[in-house]
This record gives sequence, structure tokens and C-alpha cells, in this order.
Amino acid sequence: MAARVFHTEGITKVYRTGEVEVHALRGVDTELFMGEFTVLLGASGSGKSTLLNILGGLDTATAGRVWFRDMELTAMRERELTRYRRDHVGFVFQFYNLVPSLTARENVALVTEVARDPMRPEEALERVGLDHRMDHFPAEMSGGEQQRVAIARAIAKRPEVLLCDEPTGALDSNTGVQVLEALNRINQDLGTTTVIITHNAGIRAMAHRVIHVADGNIADVTVNDTRIAASEIVW
Amino acid sequence: MRALDKKLLRDIRRLWAQSLAIAAVLAAGVMVMVTMNGALRSLSETRDTYYERARFADVWSSAARAPMSLVPEIAAIEGVARVEARITENAILDLADLDAPGMGQIISIPASGEPEMNRLILREGRLPEPGHKNEVVVSEAFALAHDFHPGDGFSITLNGQKRPLTITGIALSPEFIYSIGPGSIMPDDMRFGILWMPEDVLAAAFNLSGAFNSVTLGVTRGTDLEQVKDELETLLKPYGGTGPYDREQQTSNAFLDGEIMGLELMVQFLPPIFLLITAFLVNMVLSRLITLEREQIGLLKALGYSAWEVSWHYLKLAMLIGAVGIAIGWATGYWATIAIAEIYGEFFHFPYLVFIQYPAVYALSAVTGTGAALFGAVFAVRRVVQLSPAVAMSPPAPTRFRKGLFDRLIGVVKPRQTTMMILRAIGRWPLRAAMTTLGISMSAAMIVAALFMLDSFDELLDVAFVQVNRQDAILEFALPRPETVLDDVENLPGVMLAEGAYSAPARLYHGPRTRTVAIEGRRDGAELARVFDGVSRTEVPPEDGIVLEARLANHLDARVGDVIEVEFLQHDETRHRVILTGTVQTFFGLGAYMDQQKLSAMLGQEPQVYMANVMIDEGQEDALFKAVKDAPAISGITLMTTVRQSFDETMAESANISVIIYSFVASLIAVGVVYNSARIQLSERARELASLRILGFTRGEVSYILLGELFLLTAAAIPLGLWLGYILAAGMVESFDSDLYSIPLLITQETYIRAAGVVAGASIASALLVRRRIDRMDLVAVMKTRE
Repeated sequence: MAARVFHTEGITKVYRTGEVEVHALRGVDTELFMGEFTVLLGASGSGKSTLLNILGGLDTATAGRVWFRDMELTAMRERELTRYRRDHVGFVFQFYNLVPSLTARENVALVTEVARDPMRPEEALERVGLDHRMDHFPAEMSGGEQQRVAIARAIAKRPEVLLCDEPTGALDSNTGVQVLEALNRINQDLGTTTVIITHNAGIRAMAHRVIHVADGNIADVTVNDTRIAASEIVW
Repeated sequence: MRALDKKLLRDIRRLWAQSLAIAAVLAAGVMVMVTMNGALRSLSETRDTYYERARFADVWSSAARAPMSLVPEIAAIEGVARVEARITENAILDLADLDAPGMGQIISIPASGEPEMNRLILREGRLPEPGHKNEVVVSEAFALAHDFHPGDGFSITLNGQKRPLTITGIALSPEFIYSIGPGSIMPDDMRFGILWMPEDVLAAAFNLSGAFNSVTLGVTRGTDLEQVKDELETLLKPYGGTGPYDREQQTSNAFLDGEIMGLELMVQFLPPIFLLITAFLVNMVLSRLITLEREQIGLLKALGYSAWEVSWHYLKLAMLIGAVGIAIGWATGYWATIAIAEIYGEFFHFPYLVFIQYPAVYALSAVTGTGAALFGAVFAVRRVVQLSPAVAMSPPAPTRFRKGLFDRLIGVVKPRQTTMMILRAIGRWPLRAAMTTLGISMSAAMIVAALFMLDSFDELLDVAFVQVNRQDAILEFALPRPETVLDDVENLPGVMLAEGAYSAPARLYHGPRTRTVAIEGRRDGAELARVFDGVSRTEVPPEDGIVLEARLANHLDARVGDVIEVEFLQHDETRHRVILTGTVQTFFGLGAYMDQQKLSAMLGQEPQVYMANVMIDEGQEDALFKAVKDAPAISGITLMTTVRQSFDETMAESANISVIIYSFVASLIAVGVVYNSARIQLSERARELASLRILGFTRGEVSYILLGELFLLTAAAIPLGLWLGYILAAGMVESFDSDLYSIPLLITQETYIRAAGVVAGASIASALLVRRRIDRMDLVAVMKTRE
């Protein structure tokens, strides 16, 4: 069995907005493994995004403990979390979040300039199949292309983990497949541990591991013996 | 309340800090408008009314001794409606509450009682009775300084005779709204006063029975003043006339004019700056709000609201900001108007000051203030009208950036991507960057223009009192004396050195230009009163030719080497040709200087002195004062130390106040512009900055992107602002330039550094306020909202 990348012990997360308390996570214990392609499935409000954000150091748990390898994230302060994100984590979001004033190449360079052992921006863009669009600004690209730039930007620093929150949520099936293929390729070529949140149950068939989140807890975990290619997904 | 109006109030509550920053800028503009316009209107209206009621004269002239029989001839000059012949003299006063001798300018009151022109307004008591040798009316400022009331008294030396005087009344005169003694530059009501005494008493004292030595004329409307002055000059010439002058050269009126001109300049120049910046800020904030609310706008339109109704909603927001600014501006303006009225009351002696809060001025400021806010809003709101509901409800396309010339330029430098983001943003919205820069630079310019006054007055003091006038006191003689009188002066107790001064009224001609001045005779090697070249700062010795104050040379359009024709007013009409050998800078008056010997030779008389510049041994001051009070030949004394002191105090006080006010107001502009820009940037870039934080950028690195642009613009704005400040200062110097005085255009490095410091400080402070928001940014929430 592969080594553990993440493991959590009883994490809970309570959001307080005014009088209302929302329990987003209720004591989650889970593990994620090196090099695996994991899909987090769950309904809206099930807590999957909260879990992903805590793993990525974007959010902090109300109680419980989280480890990345042997580093305890729950013991880190803001400055150390920033450092953790900078060195180890790549993020991809539903709405690309590219810097509109920078070209594709420059958006990637934004990260490679501050990373410890980055690949060249050109290499990252080649890996997502955008070597011909490097000098275009976001406004000059389609949604799928923009999302692939965002992936290139996320992987350019050679992160150990790539966390994707609904990466195909805003895309049609064709471009969605292109994005999933890019993610899968990176997982295979670079061995980057990849976690994807999705509503789309069809995507589960391409994962090594599928985690179902419901009501702030892990409902079940399934391991796929056989995986299908992105192009075979029924959208 | 309608739902949309509730939204309006909530918007304002959310945007309160930005709205307040804009309102503060507008408030400063409204305050300046209310105060300056109010002061301007008040001063000029009060002056006009006062002049009208008191029948302020139109033309003045002095003479040595002219017969009363000349009066009908003067009255016959075309356009002359009124003539008043009178006696004016200077005299030394012995005041119980003052060790140093005081100085009085005495003016005769006709036997009929009321003067026909320049009528007195009695504040207390009564006019002196004709024939009563010891009765006097004194000017109100002088009386206030000494706490004099009718019945009090002091001594005076009239033509060598010391006599006690009893005050019968206290009065104001339109000739002395601003009253300064001869040789002074600032009012000193303790040492200088105006005295009115019966004509027959003065005629007897000064041997002027059946004669006069001063005449004032009133002319009918539309009369050619130059013509009247020419004819009056011709008539007075045989009697030692010193050259007529009109209101423009009348000291009190000229100072008032100077103040009014200064106000006019401020009123024209300052409020537009504030209004323009207000419009820009309103535009910036509203544009951003409309971008953020485009979906709501689409929704409202889809619900059936008309484009006008939605636009009106946003215009109301601008008007609300405007209303707050106007309210603050009115309140501070009301207060500032009262403060200014107090200052004016100290300097200008009006019978009925006067400072009314003019509703029209307030109304005008409200109209222009609201106009500025709406002007800025209209350009932003135009987009509301253009948005179709369907387009508005779908998210906007990402901002288009293109590679252009700008990129080729920065491509050479190969900056980091974060720097690239800053540069591209400037390149993408050049107008906004330019307006921001301009706004910040205005703030720097305003501070330079305020601080420069201090530099300028320092320089003025240095030139006037350290380099040029080094005497401790000036003694005036009642009549011109031979130079041997200086020996007598040196024999007075405490006088260490005495140098003579002589001047002759003359008309200078150069081509078609002409000017009436007093030519001062100078002795080679004179120590106590010198003149300096304005550029090289070296002393200009009396040479063969004539030396002119630089502004006088300008008036005459004369350059060094030109021939100036000189006609002495108290002599025949010969025009002497002299070469302009140099120009000097004195800042006070329009001086003309010649060698004393040469001057005497031209006048065909032995050298004479009118005044003595003296150096005093401080230890023996009291003995000297006592001697001067009793010396029959001395008609006046000016103590330079007190002149210097009062100038210093007065200037320091008013300059400090204005420096503080200007710096504060200028900081408001800097804060208003920088804070709003930073907030807008933060709003526009929240997503971008949050993504960078997620990518692992630290707060500092992210702040760099947000604030870097503003610091870059501030850095560009500061030199621009300093330069604009210089231009503004040069304009002020130009506008202050009058025959009476000018101020030097000198800005020290320290002033530039301080102005830059205030602006940089204001920028950094506003940036830090916004930086706190970056630190508190909720990354997850920001990323989840769709722009």
C-alpha cells in the first residue's frame, strides 16, 4: 500500500454566522494516499469543500487534527500555512481565477518565480496541451483553455498534492473531458496526489479511490479495481 | 420607504469610509468657497459702501506750501467735483505707556467741522473745537492699543513745540482702513496713530496760515483721472507739489486691493481643484459599484424598472455624498468665516464690519458641490443605461488586456509577474492612473504653495532687515536740513552712527512709459541702508547713473544701459537724462537710487537730508528716546527692531495658521484619492489577490501588488506636485506684486521635502488602512463568489 499523504482525526468545523451555527464537518477521520487520484463525492452542503479547504491549508478546523505527511496542519499558524500552500499544494477552482492582466505563460510564471523547484512555465503549459496559446491573455481563451492554464499554474511548482474544487463545474462535456484528461495525465506522469470534488457521479469511475461525504461525515470509501479513461465518462 | 431607497441607505452604510473620504474633499472645497467668497464679497462690499458714505477721495497730492487761492483753480479742473485743501504733518508723540517715542500723522479738520471728503466716523466723544490748541481726535486702533478714551491725553511735539493734548473723540477714516506708519510694513497701533486737529491750530503751529500742504479731490463719474492728475501736478508744481496719486497708490486702499486680489485668485483657483477631484472620486466609486451590481441592475430592469429609475438610484447616492460634503463644508466654512472676520477686524478698521454669512455664497457652493458630484456620477451611470437586462445578468467577460507598446517597453526590463500586474493595470486604465496621479499631485502642490509663504517671508525679512536696512531707527526731520545736521544727530545720547537720507519726488520717463517715484540719494560707503542686486546678491554702489528697483525697471520696460529721463516734481520741467546702471531688489516700494552728490547737482542745491538712519547703543535707548521726544527738529521716528518684530509676529501667526489649514486640507485630498483608489483596487482585485494567497503568496507579497500601483503613482505624483506647487507659488508671487510690495519666489529644499513627506505619509496611512482589509480577507469566501 502507498504511503499516507493526509490523515485526519476527528475534524469538525462549525461556521457561525450571527445566531446560526452550521456544522460543516462532524468528526471526520480519513486517509489519502500518495499518487492516488481521489474523487470526493457528495451533495451540496455535505462538507466536501470544507474538507478540501482544510486539507489545503485554506481553512482551519474547529477541532480535531490534520496531518500532511508528518506535518500537523492544525498546529500551524497563518504564516506557516502560507508556506505550506506555497511549497506543497496546487489548487484548481471552478472559476479558473487567472490574473486577467497576465498571459497564460505569465500566469504560470507567477508561481514558478516563487517556487523552490519549479518546471519551466512552457513545460507546464505543454503538459496541459496549451503550448500554442502561451502568449494569450485570459480574455482571449475559452473556459476550458483557461481552466487548463489554471491547472498548469497549479502543477508548475511540482506540488505533492493537487486539490481541485469542481474543476469542470463551469464547463460543457467536451471541454470538461479535456480538463479531466489533463488532470489524469499529470497524475500518471508526475505521480501528483490528486483530489477532485465533483457533483458529477460519472467522474468517479476514473478515480483510484472514491470518498462519499454526507452530512459532514464520510459515508463510505470505495476503491476502484479498474478505472476508465476520461473520454469514456458519461456526462 | 421604497425598497430601492432602502438599498441606497444600506449602500451608503457599507461604503461609509469611502463616501466620507470623498465628502471630506468636497467639504474642503465648499469651505474654501464659502469662506473666501464670503470674505471677498464682504470686504469689497463693505469697502465700497464705506467709501461711498464717507466720500473717499479720488486723488491726493502733497505740496510744500500752496496758497488757498489755488483752490478755486483746482476746483476748475474738468471733472473735479470736490476739493479739500488741508494740512497734514508728522509728529513725535510722548505716550505715558510707551518708553519709545510714538509717531502721529496729523490731519487738519476744517473750521466748518466735518471734512468734505474722507469723512470721519466718530466712535466716541466729539470733534475738537476750532481754535482749541490742545484738542485732538485719535484713530480708533491707536485708542484701543492705549486704552484711550475722551478726556485722556498725551504730549506731542508740533514743529518743535511740545504741548499736551486732550482727546475729545475717537474716530475712523476711510483713508486709514489699513494704517501703517511711514517706513513700516505692518500696522503697529501702539506706536503709530492718526490724529485730527483743527485746521487753524495746525496752520498756526506750522506757519501755514492761508496755505495748505495737502489736497484731496473728488471727481465725477467717468472722469479721466490721468488728465486730472496732470493738471493738478502743473498747478502744484510751483508750490513744491510731490506728484498726485489716485486710489490705486493710496496706501490703505492698495493694501485692501491686494487682499481682495489675493482672495479673488484663491476663489478662482482652489475650489475647482477640490470639485474636480470630488467628481473623479465619485466617478471611480460609482463605476465600481455599478460593475459589482450589474446583475442587480439587470434584475431591476428585468423587473420593469426603467433605465432612468435605476440611474436615478445611483445619482441619488452621489447626491447623498455631495450633501454630506456640503454640510461639513458649510459647518467648517461658517466657523472659518467667523475666524477670518476676526483676523480682518484686527487689520482693517471698518466702521461696521461686516462679516455677514451670505446665503447666496452658501447656495452657490451647494449648487457647484452637488454639480461636481453629479458630474462625476453621470459618466459612471451612463453604463447603467446601456446595459441590457440579459447581458447584465450574465457575468462580465474578463477584462481585456492586450500587448502594446507599453509591453515592449517593460519587456526589456523583464520584471517579475507581480510587478507586471501593476504595470499592466496602469497601462490598461491610463486615464484613471493619470487622474489619480494628478489628484495626489494637487495635494503636494497645495502644501508647497502654503509652505512657500514661510520661505518667502524669511527671505523677505533677511533682505529687508538684514541686508538692506541695518539701521536701528530712522529719524525724520520736519524740514530738509543741511548734512551738518548729522553731526548733531550723532551727538544725541546713544547714537553711535548716523547716515543721512534724502529723497526727491520725480517722474521717470522711458519711451512711452512713465512713473512717479521718490529718488533716494545715496552716499558711497553707507553702512546702514544698502541696496542689493536681486540676482547676484551683491551690494550695488551708487554710480553715475540711476539704479532702479527691478519691478520699477519692469514697469518702465527699461534695461540696464537704457537712458531714463528724470523730471523733478518740485523743480522746473527740465528732463535730465541718466543711464540705468543697475537694478536692485528690495521687495518694498518702487525705489530709485542715485548718488547723493549727483542728485544734489542736478537739483542745483547743496546736499540735504530728510531723514537720518542711526545705529543705537541699546544701553542708552531710554536716554535717546527722551531726547527725541524733546528734539524740536525731529518729526518722526521709526524703530526698526519693532517693525521687524511686528512683521515677524504677524507673519508668523497668520502664516502658521494657513500652513496648518492648507496642510490639513491637502492631506484630505491625498487621503481621499489614495484611500478610495486602494479600496477600489481591493474590490476589483479581491479574487486575483485571493488566488495569489491560495497559490502561497504571503500577505506582504499580495499587498505589494495592491499598493505597489498606488505607491508608484504617488511616487510619480510627488515630483509633479512639487513642480505644480512651484507654478502655483510663481502665480501667487505674480498676483501679490504691487507698487507697495512684492514677495520673493523662493522655495527651500526643506519645503519640498516636507510637502513630499506629508503626501507620502497620507498615502501610506491610507494604504495601511486598506492593508488591514487584505489581512482579514476570507480566502474561501472570496473564491466562491462569482464576480
